[in-house]
Amino acid sequence: VGKSTVDEEVLDELEEVLITSDVGVGTTVKIIRRIEDRVARDKYVSTNELDNILREEIAGLLAENKSIDVDDDFALPVDKKPYVIMVVGVNGVGKTTTIGKLAAQFHKRGYKVVLGAGDTFRAAAVTQLKLWGQRVGVPVIEHGMNTDPSAVAFDAVKKAVDMNADVVIIDTAGRLHTKVNLMNELSKIKRVVQKFLPEAPHEVLLVLDGSTGQNAFIQATEFTKATDVTALAITKLDGTAKGGVVIGISDQFRIPVKYIGVGEKIEDLQTFNKMEFVDSFFKKI
Amino acid sequence: MFENLQDKLNQAFKTLKGQGRITEINVATTVKEVRRALTDADVNYKVAKEVTDRVKEKALDRKVLIAVEPGQLFVKIVQEELTDLMGGEAQSINLKGDPAIILIAGLQGSGKTTFSGKLAAYLKKQGRNVLLTACDIYRPAAIDQLKVLGEQVGVEVYAEPENKNAVEIAQNALAHARKTGKKVVIVDTAGRLAVDEVMMKEVENLKRSLNPTETLFVVDSMTGQDAVNTAKTFNDRLNFDGVVLTKLDGDARGGAALSIRGVVQKPIKFISTGEKMEALDIFYPDRMASRILGM
Ligand SMILES: Nc1nc2c(ncn2[C@@H]2O[C@H](COP(=O)(O)OP(=O)(O)OP(=O)(O)O)[C@@H](O)[C@H]2O)c(=O)[nH]1
Ligand SMILES: Nc1nc2c(ncn2[C@@H]2O[C@H](COP(=O)(O)OP(=O)(O)OP(=O)(O)O)[C@@H](O)[C@H]2O)c(=O)[nH]1
Ligand SMILES: [K+]
Ligand SMILES: [Mg+2]
Ligand SMILES: [Mg+2]
Repeated sequence: VGKSTVDEEVLDELEEVLITSDVGVGTTVKIIRRIEDRVARDKYVSTNELDNILREEIAGLLAENKSIDVDDDFALPVDKKPYVIMVVGVNGVGKTTTIGKLAAQFHKRGYKVVLGAGDTFRAAAVTQLKLWGQRVGVPVIEHGMNTDPSAVAFDAVKKAVDMNADVVIIDTAGRLHTKVNLMNELSKIKRVVQKFLPEAPHEVLLVLDGSTGQNAFIQATEFTKATDVTALAITKLDGTAKGGVVIGISDQFRIPVKYIGVGEKIEDLQTFNKMEFVDSFFKKI
Repeated sequence: MFENLQDKLNQAFKTLKGQGRITEINVATTVKEVRRALTDADVNYKVAKEVTDRVKEKALDRKVLIAVEPGQLFVKIVQEELTDLMGGEAQSINLKGDPAIILIAGLQGSGKTTFSGKLAAYLKKQGRNVLLTACDIYRPAAIDQLKVLGEQVGVEVYAEPENKNAVEIAQNALAHARKTGKKVVIVDTAGRLAVDEVMMKEVENLKRSLNPTETLFVVDSMTGQDAVNTAKTFNDRLNFDGVVLTKLDGDARGGAALSIRGVVQKPIKFISTGEKMEALDIFYPDRMASRILGM
C-alpha cells in the first residue's frame, strides 16, 4: 500500500497474508523466495505487478505437483468396473456428506452407484448414509452398527459386482491419525477388499476440512502411510477460511486435489479447477 | 517443526552471545523464531505478534541474554505469557436457573452433538436431572445421533422430527422440562458458517427466545487461522459465555485456543478428548500453553 516497488516491507506483508491463509510456513517461505528472486532479476517490480506474479507462482505450485485440473467432470475410467472409492479422514471433516454429493454426481451422469456403510461406529452414521442414499436414489449396503467395517466393505464391493455397478463408494468412520489401532483398521479394510478385487480400491480419497490449519499436513502424511491416498477432497470452502491448505498441501505432497466441497447441499461439490481456485483465493485474501 | 524450540533458541542465543553484544536487535531475531513457532501451531498471526511483542519486553526486563540458559528462560517467559493470556485459572459453567439452559453452537462438524451428550453425562453424574434437546433440523440423522447418545448416557432426548422450526422445538422442550422436573436443558443446534446469514439469524433467535444460562461455542482444535473470524462473528451474534475445544486427543497444537482468547475475552470451559461419552475434561491454561509450544 502506497509503495511502488516490492521491498522487504511488502514481502513481510505478503508473508502475513500467506500465513493467515493457512498456507503454512514451509510453502510461504518458498513462495516469498521465488518472488524475491524475480524481484532481484527484474530489478523494479511494482506492487501492482506483485498480484500477478503471486498468482503465477501459486498456480505454478499447484501445477508442478500433479494437481492438474480434473477436467473430466466426474467421469469414471472405462476399464475399471466397478470403480472402488474408499473415503477416509479425521472426524467431522465431511466424508459422509462428500460421498452423498459424489454419488449424486455419478448418478446424474447415468452411472450405477453403490454405497457401503463402513462407518459402523459413530452414532447414527449408518442412518446418515442411508438418508443420503435415499436422497440420491442409490442402494446402500450396510450391516448395521457395531459390525466389522471390513466385512461391510467386502460385501459392498461384492454386491456391486453382482449388480454390475459402475462405482462403489465406501464410507469409513472418522479417526484421528494418531490412533494406531484405528489406522491399522483402515489398512485392513483395504486388504480385505483386495481379496475380492485385487486392484481395488482404485481411489483412496482423503477428505480434509478446508478450515483446518497446519494439522492438515500431518493428516495427509499419516493417512498416506496407512492407505496410500490417491486423491484429496477439501471441504467447507464456502466458509471464511481461505483454504490456503490447498496450496500448502499441493506443494508438499504428490497427491492431486480432486474435489472441493462448497456447501451442505447435494449439488455443493465441484471438481477442482486450479485457476478457479486461485481466483477465489485472491478474492478472499 | 519446533519440538526443539528450546534448543533452537539456545542455539540462537549462543551465536548472539558469541558476538559479544547484547542488544535489542539480537532479541528480535529470537522473537521471530518464537513467532514462527506460534503460527506453526495455528496461533493467529496477529495474536502471535502481540504475544511476542510482550515477550520481547519481558525478556529484556529479565535480562535474558545474560542468563545461564537463555533459551530456557525465554521459553519460560513465553509459556507464562500464553498461560496468562488463556485466563490463568480453569472456569466452570453456570447452572443457575430452573431449569438451567445451555445452548450449544458452532461450525459444522466441530463436535457439538458429541459434546452435548458428554455434558449431559457429566451433569447427570453430579446428580442433576438433564434433558437433551435436538434442534438440528437439517443434517441427515442429526436427531438419531443425539438419541443414540442420549440412550448411551441414560438421558432423555426431546425431539420433534416433523417440526422445521428450531425455536418452537426449543420452547416445547423447555415446557417439557418444566413439566418433568428437569433441572438442566442442553440444546444441540445445527452446524453453521459465520457467513450464513439465515442460519446465524436462527441461532440468534434461539438465544433470544431461550435466554440461556450458558451459551457455549464449540471449536475444533485443528482449526487454522480462520478461528479468529469465526469466534468473533459468533461472539458478536451470540455473546457466548465460554468455549469448548474439541478433538484434543489428536496431535493438533491447538493454537486456535490462544487466537480465540486473543480476540474474544471468553474462557475455555471444557475440552473434548475423544469420541466416547466420558472423554470430557475441564480446561487448564498452563497445560494448553505447553501443548501449543510443543512441550
Ligand atoms: N458448509 C459446509 N458444510 C459441510 C461441507 N461438507 C460437509 N459439511 C458439513 O459438515 C458436517 C460434518 O459432515 P459429515 O459428512 O458428517 O462428516 P464426516 O467426516 O462423515 O464425519 P464423521 O463420520 O463423524 O467423522 C455436516 O454438518 C455437514 O453438513 C461443505 O462443503 N460445506
Ligand atoms: N477424536 C475425537 N472425535 C471427536 C471429538 N468430539 C467429537 N468427535 C467426533 O467428531 C465428529 C463430529 O462430531 P459431531 O458431534 O457430530 O459434530 P457436530 O458439531 O455436531 O456436527 P454437525 O452437527 O454436523 O455440525 C464425530 O465423528 C465425533 O465422534 C473429540 O473430542 N475427539
Ligand atoms: K472441523
Ligand atoms: Mg461420516
Ligand atoms: Mg451435530
